[in-house]
Amino acid sequence: MAATTEKQRSDAILTYLRPRKKFPSVWCAGCGNGIVMSALVRAIDNLKLDKNEVIMVSGIGCTSRMPVYLDFNSLHTTHGRALAFATGAKFAQPKMKVIVVTGDGDSLAIGGNHFIHACRRNIDITCILINNHIYGMTGGQGSPTTPAGSFSTTTPYGNSEKAFDPCALAQAAGATFVARHTVHHAPQLEKIIMQAIEHRGFSLVEAISNCHTYYGRLNKSGDAVAMIKSFKERAVPVSKAKDMPAEELVGKFVVGNLYENTVKTEFCDEYQKMVDMLAARK
Amino acid sequence: MAEHKRKLMQGNIACVQGAIYAGMRFFAGYPITPSTEVAEGSARELPKIGGRFIQMEDEIASIAAVIAASVTGKKSMTATSGPGFSLMLENIGYAYITETPCVIVNVQRGGPSTGLPTKVSQSDTMQARWGTHGDYTAIAVAPSSVGDTITETIRAFNLAERFRTPVTILLDEVIGHMREMVTLPEPGQYPILDRVKPTVPPDKFEPFAMTANLVSPMPAYGEGYRYNVTGLTHDTMGFATNRADEIWPKLDKLKNKIEHYTDEIAKLRVEMMDDAEIAYISYGTVARTSLQAASIARTAGVKVGSIQLYTIWPFPDKQLLELCARCKKVIVGELNMGQIVHEVKRVLPRDIEVHTVQRYDGEILTPLQLLKKLEEVM
Repeated sequence: MAATTEKQRSDAILTYLRPRKKFPSVWCAGCGNGIVMSALVRAIDNLKLDKNEVIMVSGIGCTSRMPVYLDFNSLHTTHGRALAFATGAKFAQPKMKVIVVTGDGDSLAIGGNHFIHACRRNIDITCILINNHIYGMTGGQGSPTTPAGSFSTTTPYGNSEKAFDPCALAQAAGATFVARHTVHHAPQLEKIIMQAIEHRGFSLVEAISNCHTYYGRLNKSGDAVAMIKSFKERAVPVSKAKDMPAEELVGKFVVGNLYENTVKTEFCDEYQKMVDMLAARK
Repeated sequence: MAEHKRKLMQGNIACVQGAIYAGMRFFAGYPITPSTEVAEGSARELPKIGGRFIQMEDEIASIAAVIAASVTGKKSMTATSGPGFSLMLENIGYAYITETPCVIVNVQRGGPSTGLPTKVSQSDTMQARWGTHGDYTAIAVAPSSVGDTITETIRAFNLAERFRTPVTILLDEVIGHMREMVTLPEPGQYPILDRVKPTVPPDKFEPFAMTANLVSPMPAYGEGYRYNVTGLTHDTMGFATNRADEIWPKLDKLKNKIEHYTDEIAKLRVEMMDDAEIAYISYGTVARTSLQAASIARTAGVKVGSIQLYTIWPFPDKQLLELCARCKKVIVGELNMGQIVHEVKRVLPRDIEVHTVQRYDGEILTPLQLLKKLEEVM
């Protein structure tokens, strides 16, 4: 088979953009959201999913605008509630692939309760959490992943709070596939998104991303390029990280496949077993 | 009618029966007194017929799941009471603007806040109309017996599908928890409406198109129409807009698709009104005791009748005006500090005296209290 040229590949990827949606997007030039969107679409293209059978759900925030640009069944919902809507969609139509794209504020602050319960149920949803450590759309306020001491418009003297680790939270709450990468690592991101979609159960992909417009400016982290380059320096593969002392991992991102459990049963499957059992009783 | 179709049943369970008859195949909810039996009944019945029940982590998640399930094509319902209804309201607004059919049961209890969990109230009447922020028009119905609860739940689903809108069933603690003999409906006894599906191919599909009756055909996710659903004010393609010439028609559509059909939605029970000079106007639990009070007063020769509102919203202005045309006085009985009475005052001409009788201590208005008020105003 002849190798696909880069041109053919990008033409194929472009077919996933909504033909009637006006561009440019709402995102700032250099925003990592575009990299994640590209990785996601490439992952879906690799898997040859039927566009009609993909439901893409989001809440509110910069990240949550993503489904609107993509040619799937798109559900742009209310702030924090993407996973609750996604749970309804998946449970109602288990044959559909349900993918949630969400931000750190959307999924971990206002949507924190839905996040842990979606993990606990192990419902077959892929959640792509783009973590830029700040509220972008409302103009740079602190989020549950804003690092302690970092600046935002609501932590003008440095953040007094501690940050969530979304991957540790997901694993503890019952998610069965947990992975992290950064927007510097686009091919790796594409690969773990593919694996997450293929995984039967709740999968979380945390994509560390840049909000140079707010986080970068307020914390003097530089422009988009500088921030994305820093992710390369701060990323530590999970295989290496496990032998490193905790203090050396401060300020680093442990990347790669962090956790997988293929034993735990999936929620819709379990419910279907009950439906079948009741039908057999008749 | 087969004897086994007659059953002693609780109002909340009658609601489940009506919902399943109407085609409900998805329920998401969260336990709350006095509505919990609706969730419990759904948990028991739905898996038996291949439906889906899920207990969500809270009421916000419950209504979210219900809306999403409806977008995927399932007739969906949730049930709650005051505190949960308050929590659901933001997402109910999402259902209004996205024009997603669904049914919300509010088995009312006293409030505000935790209030009177085990006691009856009708204090969410206005909340069902104005609860979520922004401009829209709401549909709400109010049964007054266990039998009514079956038929009004069927009607609520039909209205939701017909108008592509959330519909609230305003039950109350008394109706929800009382047990009465009911006759379960036979298949085919009541018409069941389903949302209209698009007939155009996907590339010609306009998800929020302006149609003659203002209700846009609605495909289910997975049927090949890959469209966008958003809570942002959107154009006919479902994409966010800030343009005045697109905002006006969208918001007018939400209002007019319902208000232009008020006559179709209006449902009232009218008793002893032919020669009535005084009318009791009531809904829900109070409609039972109002009717009894009117019957007792008739035996004493008082020309009094009873008007029961099954449809609370949109308010049946025209119907009420016609029915009360020969009345000199009306008595509006409510289990709240006075909510629907404001609508009655708005609708009726000033020469008709509007009196109120209210109770908000978690007890019902008794026929005696209603008769006492009648005596006072005569």
